[in-house]
Amino acid sequence: MEEDKIKMTNKEYSEYVDGKAKKSPIIKNIIFAFISGGFICVIGQIITNICVYYKIEVKDAATISIVSLIFLGAFLTSIHVYSRIGKYAGAGSVIPITGFSNSIVAPAIEYKSEGYVLGLGANMFKIAGPVLVYGIFSSFIVGFIYWLMLFVR
Amino acid sequence: MKIGKQTIKLKNTPKILETSSAVGPKESNGPLGIYFDIKCSDVFYGEKSFEKAESKFMKSAIDNLLYKLNLTNEKIDYIFAGDLLNQCIASGYCIRDLQIPFFGLYGACSTFVEALMLSSLFVNSGYGTKVLASASSHFCSAERQFRLPLEHGNQKPPTAQCTVTGSGVALLVPHDIEKKVPVVTYVTPGKIIDMGIKDMSNMGAAMAPAAFDTIITHLKDTERKPEYYDAIITGDLGKEGTDILIELCKNYSVDISTVHRDCGKEIFDLNERDINSGGSGCACIAAVFSSYFYQELKEKRLNRILLVATGALMSPISIGQGESIPSVAHAIAIENEV
Amino acid sequence: MFSEYLYVFITGGVICSIGQVLIDKTKLTPARILVIFVVLGVIFTATGIYKPIVDFGKAGATVPISGFGYSLANGVIEGVKEKGFMGIFTGGVTATSAGITAAIVFGYIGALVSKPKLK
Repeated sequence: MEEDKIKMTNKEYSEYVDGKAKKSPIIKNIIFAFISGGFICVIGQIITNICVYYKIEVKDAATISIVSLIFLGAFLTSIHVYSRIGKYAGAGSVIPITGFSNSIVAPAIEYKSEGYVLGLGANMFKIAGPVLVYGIFSSFIVGFIYWLMLFVR
Repeated sequence: MKIGKQTIKLKNTPKILETSSAVGPKESNGPLGIYFDIKCSDVFYGEKSFEKAESKFMKSAIDNLLYKLNLTNEKIDYIFAGDLLNQCIASGYCIRDLQIPFFGLYGACSTFVEALMLSSLFVNSGYGTKVLASASSHFCSAERQFRLPLEHGNQKPPTAQCTVTGSGVALLVPHDIEKKVPVVTYVTPGKIIDMGIKDMSNMGAAMAPAAFDTIITHLKDTERKPEYYDAIITGDLGKEGTDILIELCKNYSVDISTVHRDCGKEIFDLNERDINSGGSGCACIAAVFSSYFYQELKEKRLNRILLVATGALMSPISIGQGESIPSVAHAIAIENEV
Repeated sequence: MFSEYLYVFITGGVICSIGQVLIDKTKLTPARILVIFVVLGVIFTATGIYKPIVDFGKAGATVPISGFGYSLANGVIEGVKEKGFMGIFTGGVTATSAGITAAIVFGYIGALVSKPKLK
């Protein structure tokens, strides 16, 4: 009864489906991501500049601004606002450090129902964990290569 | 009696005596809102977790059905039920309280029709006189099971679907009960079809071939034309899936476009944000059939329907391992007697 | 003053737009996008490409997650300069310790006070 089968290979079907699928409104998404991402960065710069104005060293000022943004991301997530922003902003709210903070708080809130250690504690880094793993690991490699270069010289 | 390739003709035509449904806030405010029995405006349903809330949705749907018929749970012989959670905990914990002999099912979003099918077969062969079929799903617990945390700020692609919060239940009884209600005439369990789709946010496309396969097989086995049915109702193919199914059938020179309806497309207002392609989940077809379509049948606005529920049988683990999404579709023919 | 903020806005906007293109065109999940950006941040810093971007865009380049990679790479290079071999292990995390601690502390407190809710 071969004739009952769909007359398409998996590959053809996959292409057919891709053609059918409604596309994300990419131009609109990029504009929203650009504006929201840029805006969050400007907030960071404003905080840095305020710190510098009050005679805080530039390096510390940058740290204060990052910490403040992490606080902002966590705060907006816990009052259920960040996910709404994310619907419009897309990558504009994922890529900035506030998005990193959001990706820590979001699973933490949800897994609280499974207890504070194995629920909240273990799942907090469900999304952000890989960022630390690959970030720190790649910085280790960079450090090692740099050390080798100094050593050889 | 088996006819054709995979269809069973139920010669004792069991009756669907009563149905009941319970849904969450989004569904209550949707286009079919007026048809549901129990509407809860709180996604927690007064419970501490989403999983418990899902259990409670199923529990209140079942309690309401028993109440409607003035029955107690001891009068029920068996229950077939399932949901989307790991180890089917929503149904398990719900039925723990009911003390009814329980068959747990997993057919993803096809669970409700699978339960209907098995309970009608049970009643048809006389193993029980009052058998329940039920299924539930919950948007929040399904998001936890399959996707990202709720508070994570991300965008969903336009092909994504929104899991229905709620539950539906139907009671199957033997044909000799004196009451004019719809009967089950044929069931067609489906094969697993996999066309290699891997995108978790395009389930309609993954499941449409399974629906196609089951519908074509059913029509062939029963020697019926699509027009025989007043409606061929799929569970949760959504916008994309519906278009694909209709086109697949057309390529096979079977035109179902005039009779096809999709619960996922009807339960929500598709223009609303975050609904995207439509509703999904076990509760989608369960709640919509148990309320709207059952009422349409009882009031004879529809007389012959083919209920086809599709289920995508993947898990986050299989997706993580790079597997494609296998799908199954089960069909059940429900008709008014003339 | 204004032009400084404009540069910040443009740099941040462009980095996020690249992320948006990746999300829409490649179906990568947000977790993968974050990983790609942080690793690229480390590599570009190590190869000296990221520094000019930071000089131009300031917070526009340090606030996106690639800036986290920038801090990690800068930290580890400085660590090696100061402490030699041990710096490979201490440099990166030392430089980013404030951010990591803040994320854990605020994340924990945020989760404690918040209850899950349907949007």
